Parts: sequence; C-alpha cells; structure tokens
Amino acid sequence: MSAVFAAVSTDAPIFVAQNVFFAVVALLMVGSALKVVTTSNVVHAALWLVLVLAGAAAQFILLGSEFVAVTQVLVYIGAVVVLFLFGVMLTRASMGDDESVAGEKRSMAAVVAGLLLAVMSVALIDSFSDDRVVIDQPQLVTTVADSIFSQYIVPFEAISVLLLAALIGAIVVARRD
Amino acid sequence: MILALDPLYLTNIGLAVVLIALLKVVLAFAIVLVAVLFMVWFERKVIADMQHRIGPNIAGPWGLFQTLADGLKLLMKEDLVPEHSNRFVFKLAPFLAIVPAFLTFAIIPIGGNFESKGGSVRIFGYDTYLQVADPPIGILLFLAMSSIAVYGVMLAGWSSGSKFPLLGSVRASAQMVSYEAALGLSVLAVILQTGSLSTHEMVADQAAGGFLGFIPNWNIIVTGFVPFLIFLIAGTAELNRPPFDLVEAEQELVGGFHTEYSSFRFAIFFLAEYLNTINMSAIIVTLFLGGPSGPVLIEGIDWAWGILWFLVKLFVFLFAFVWFRATLPRFRYDQLMDLGWKLLIPLSLGWFLFLAALNIGNDRGWNPGVVVGVTIVGGFAGGALLMAAIRTARTERISQEVDAHG
Repeated sequence: MSAVFAAVSTDAPIFVAQNVFFAVVALLMVGSALKVVTTSNVVHAALWLVLVLAGAAAQFILLGSEFVAVTQVLVYIGAVVVLFLFGVMLTRASMGDDESVAGEKRSMAAVVAGLLLAVMSVALIDSFSDDRVVIDQPQLVTTVADSIFSQYIVPFEAISVLLLAALIGAIVVARRD
Repeated sequence: MILALDPLYLTNIGLAVVLIALLKVVLAFAIVLVAVLFMVWFERKVIADMQHRIGPNIAGPWGLFQTLADGLKLLMKEDLVPEHSNRFVFKLAPFLAIVPAFLTFAIIPIGGNFESKGGSVRIFGYDTYLQVADPPIGILLFLAMSSIAVYGVMLAGWSSGSKFPLLGSVRASAQMVSYEAALGLSVLAVILQTGSLSTHEMVADQAAGGFLGFIPNWNIIVTGFVPFLIFLIAGTAELNRPPFDLVEAEQELVGGFHTEYSSFRFAIFFLAEYLNTINMSAIIVTLFLGGPSGPVLIEGIDWAWGILWFLVKLFVFLFAFVWFRATLPRFRYDQLMDLGWKLLIPLSLGWFLFLAALNIGNDRGWNPGVVVGVTIVGGFAGGALLMAAIRTARTERISQEVDAHG
C-alpha cells in the first residue's frame, strides 16, 4: 500500500474542472519559470520563483494533499526564497538590472535544462503512461505521518541526518577562524 | 468522509449553503475592519491614560471616530511613488502585507456552543461553525501566512530605493524569520497535546472537563505555561510591536520600512499591523485559552456565549499588547537576537521534548516520576552544554577583538 502517493489506475473518472485548473496553473508555472531565467533583475527573478513555487503548492492542493502544499509554502516560499532575497538585499541592493546575470553561460544552461526535461519526461511517461490518479478524499495529515514513520522511516531518518550534517557544515564554513 | 468538516458542507450543497459561506466571509471581513478601528482608538486611549494624557477626544463620543477621520484623511492625501523606487514592487508590497493578515483570521473560531453542540451554531436552519474555514491543516495556515507576511515588509523596504527603509526591512525580516522558529516550536506543544492541526479541534479539546471539575482543560495549563510564555514573546516579536519595535525605531530609522509610503498605501500597512495584532491575540486565545469555549449560562441564546467568552479573552491580550508598549523599553538589536536564538528556541525545543517524553511515558505506562526526573537531568545537561558553547564562543570572540586592537 502506498499511502503517500495517490493510487493510480487506468479506468478512474476524469474530473474536467480539476484538469482545467491544472492546465491554468501549469501554464502559469512554465511562464514564471521562463521569467526566472530571462529577467536580469535578481530580485525580480526571486519573485518569479515565488510564483513557480506557489504554483507547485496549488498543484498539490488540486491533488488533495493540503499538508504537502502548506509545507511547500512554509519551507520554500517562507524560508528558502526569503533567504535568497536576504542575501541579495545585503550584498547588492542596487535597484537596476544586473548585466552580469545575462552572460554567455545561458546557452549551456539551456542545454542542461533541455536534457533534464527530456530525461524527466521519458522517465515519467515510461512509468505512468496513461494511468490516472484516483483521489477519493483529501489526504489526511495522520496518513502522511503514519507512512513517514513506518514505511518510509529509513529514508526519513537518512534525510534528517543529511540535513543536520549540512547545517553543521554551513556553520563550520561560515565561522571566521 | 472521515474529516471533521464543518457540518454546513456535509448537507447537500445548494444556494443557501453557498450564501451562508459567503455571509461568513463578508462578516469576518467587516468584523476585523471594525475591530481595527476600535483597536487603534483603544491603544491611543489606554496609552494616553498611562501617560496622564487625555488622548483623542474630539471626533465623536470619547474620540471614537478619530481612527475613521484619520483613515479618511489618508485616503485624500497625494499618492507618492519615489523616483528611485521599483514601481511595481513598491505598489505590490502593501498587498503582500494585508492579504495574509485577512486570511489568517479565516481559521479562528470566534464562537459556537462547545458545551453541548460540538462547537456549532444554527444559522437559517443550518448547523455551522462560527469560523470562515476549518481546514485540516488549520494552524499551519497561520504559520504559512506569517511567513508570507515577511515579503510585504522586505519588499517594501527594498523597493523604496532609500537607505532607511532598506535597513528597517532587513531588521524586520531578520527578526520575523528568527522568531518564527520559536513560534512554531511552541505551537508544536499544543499540536502534540491536541493530536490535530485543526483550530476547531483544538478548541473542542480544551472545552472538555479539566481537573477537579473547575480548573479548565486549557492548553496553557496542560502544556505547562512555558509554551504559552514563549508564544507570547515570540508573537510580540513577530508583530514588530514594542518592546521589539526596532524595525521602526524612530530615532535610528526615521519610520522603518514604510518611510517612503504615504496616503492609502501607508494606511494599508497600518491596517495590516493592527490586523496582525488582533490575529495574534485571537490565535493565542485559540491555542492556549480555549478559544470561545466556556459555560453557557442562559440556555436559548447559547450562540451568544461563545462569542462573549471569545471577546473577553481576546480583550485581555489586546490590552496586554498595549500595556507592553506603554511599559517596556525597546530591546537592543543584539539582545533581541540573543533572546530569540539562545533562549527561546532551545527552551521551546527542550520543553517540546519533555512533553513528548511525558506523552510516551503515559502511553507505555512508565513511572511519571522517573520520566520527569530523567528529563530534568537531560534538560540540565543540554542547557549546561549550550551555556558552555555560548561562553566559549564569546571568550574567543573577545580575545580576537583584543588581538586585533591591542
């Protein structure tokens, strides 16, 4: 039984409204993601990134997993991008565009992004083909908690130790001596 | 459906249900706006009283309409956008401050009969909760909204294109980010006790009978007072209210992050600040003081009692916030960071572990005396290690300074 991932089957009903909203949010995310890499103002790029992450949270809500959605908002929008902005504001508070952002590294980045897209698409299409997600009820926090602390306990603990190591590493690197 | 949903949505959803939901939204919107008008007047009056002044007394009876007059005045002012500002972000920032403030109020239960009807009331023949929404993630929405509110402050300061707002917003966002951790950890203690994230469940859990029949089962007692105290301190810091108002320390920063704002945009920031004060008081009441639960003294108008108890408890904290402002001197920036990182976060984490140990001990049938004893020993050991670490870091820093200058 996989409680964290919604069950899949090939003959589940299709919810039209859900698909329409998925398309709208997905288009918004793709557009914002393009703006993240094309705009030459660093703060604007971070704000477009917030839109992308908020879109991901919206997709989770469409899938009925409120907890994952709110965690997405808390961790990525509330902490990660705030730290980005913080760093930008403390180091280069200039309001205008930053020419150094638009370098010739762009073409290389585009190639890497294209390759990543191809690999992800092949992997996703290969493993799910035309399965449909079954959502008969919103996912409960207790369900998430139960599966994390029983079925997925080893990966969960491994990630916890990894994060702790990264935290200590960051402090060691940032120390002045 | 196994979710403890608002009974309103368990019936067939027709036009009436949609209208009731809409009515709740409009009412909540109106209630918080009126509450802000009252709160601003109340704060000015109480502070005036504490300083032996009279306070606003011209507009309306006892100066009650002063806030309305100020609001109208702000509306008529010229809308200035500084030349060196980032125009779009400058205009966006006030809305990033106010929208989360309104959304937070949606999850607060402001009434309902928790004695006999499980927290619901009857409106137009439908049973419903007196709160706009009761999502299963409940209190996490409050934490998410308070982390989004940081954007309003941060971007307002950055986009003004002027150094004092920038300094103010860097201070404010650093402060809000630092105290969010302590805030979240003290909320965890309540979540652990309730076993649910839903604000309605939290109130229902506290409405159950307490010890000896007359001591209420409120989380302030059940979680042992410490999380409440931490939440109150961290909440005040999160609000940027005195004594944590370094963000707009007038002597140093002119007006803080909203120095360049005028007219209606300034009014929105002002509104958001007071909305957040009211929200924070309401969240404290919900989490620790049983929200609208309380005895129904006269049957028949049972819906009114929940609202009355909620307002009484809310008022205590609104007064307390004003009282802090009138009494306590402002913190220095290093004191603020010390208090947050070196005291509140370790203390709330330690207390959370203590509560968790008690709960596990209870489930497994361990001797509570042994659990408490072991926790106290462990707590002291952890505290001593932390103190040693802080002291070592400080001596090292001082000796470096001495080496550099002497």
